[in-house]
Amino acid sequence: MKSTLLLGTRKGFIAYRFQNNKWILENCSFEGVPISIAYADPRNGTWWACQDHGHWGVKLQRSKDRGQTWEEVIAPAYPEGEEVKDGVPATTRYMWSMAHGGKNYSSRLWIGTDPGGLFVSEDEGNSFQLVESLWQHPTRKDGWFGGGRDLPGIHSIIVDPRNEDHIHIGISCAGVFETTDGGKSWAICNKGLRADFLPDPNQETGHDPHIVVAAPSNPDALWQQNHCGIFRSTDGARSWQEVSEAEGPARFGFAIAVADDNPDQAWVAPADSDVNRTAIKGALVICRTDDGGKTWKQLRNGLPQENCFDIVYRHALVSNGDAVVFGTTTGNLFFSPDRGEHWQVINNYLPMIYSVQFAE
Amino acid sequence: MALVKFTYALKRFFPKLTDTKAGGKTLKAVLAEIEASYPGVTRYVLDDQGRLRQHVNIFIDGVMIKDRASLSDPFHENSEIYIMQALSGG
Repeated sequence: MKSTLLLGTRKGFIAYRFQNNKWILENCSFEGVPISIAYADPRNGTWWACQDHGHWGVKLQRSKDRGQTWEEVIAPAYPEGEEVKDGVPATTRYMWSMAHGGKNYSSRLWIGTDPGGLFVSEDEGNSFQLVESLWQHPTRKDGWFGGGRDLPGIHSIIVDPRNEDHIHIGISCAGVFETTDGGKSWAICNKGLRADFLPDPNQETGHDPHIVVAAPSNPDALWQQNHCGIFRSTDGARSWQEVSEAEGPARFGFAIAVADDNPDQAWVAPADSDVNRTAIKGALVICRTDDGGKTWKQLRNGLPQENCFDIVYRHALVSNGDAVVFGTTTGNLFFSPDRGEHWQVINNYLPMIYSVQFAE
Repeated sequence: MALVKFTYALKRFFPKLTDTKAGGKTLKAVLAEIEASYPGVTRYVLDDQGRLRQHVNIFIDGVMIKDRASLSDPFHENSEIYIMQALSGG
């Protein structure tokens, strides 16, 4: 298990370190400032904080000394004159995902934003440019819309480690898009998904994948917790199959994590329907499948089972080896050393948790 | 010259920020002068398209500006321009 946890929370950037069999708070930066994504670049150890100042807009900070000092770099900005829709000027409203470009592109970073623009840096994050090919995609202005946020947003960026020009992204609401040429062109990968909230649930775009992840041990095995259920692909997102439980909690939710060493093992954090968005029957449950979604096991040992309202946001459930960690909307942080069989509390008194990441 | 004043909240990010005289004839010109003295500050006040951010206000001699998109509100040579934040959040 990696020994560091980075948290993006409503009230700051928080890092925990596992020492002497306990998670100890190592760093708290930007107290009071919402951090949409706390990200560690595994290539060089740089920490990134995507800030969402309520008044002053989004800001991007990086630290090369584990949060001791931070440097503000210029956040992704839309070129002059760009519009979300006709008459709606484009400005970066939120940074919703961050990914490194891979070993062969050691200076490359990706950031996904609301209102739907993907940005790339080729200079280690000193500057970011809008990926025009996606922004100009013919489906964008009429086929994408808000979901979770008021305008479309890119919350998932998956770089294929076998070919780092091969990237999937997840957009709410549009769906899954794929490039095989480093972002020059994009294909839609929504076959098999359902958008029950649309007049035509099988529409080409307008889907709401809350989060999309790929199995590290097999990047063609992708999973998504969608607004309309849990979906899995075994063919690199060319097609999706629903693997939700017909009777059972594993259906609606926001987060999904897949095991490092097993593309058939994944965890979800179910919530009570898109109408309520609370813990199911006042009890917190994580569900795990060990067979590619055919069956789901409820994992409750150590989690609150009454008077509980927590749900788990899309970037706040992660696994690493046998360890699984998730943070909740009411500031609870839980750790399992055994793939979810038993849970321990790391902290009950954190701010609302937006993102969790394992880091070295 | 107009006198530009700032909300204390901006001093968290720009500790040296202080009342500043500016000779520009338009708000955009004034902000460009401020940017030269405090690099980066206009990105806190204006969005990607140069509009006043939603939860930021500018008052000229006590009156809130009307043109938040292109910042064309007039002012006088001795005007006081106050950049403040809206009271929101939680």
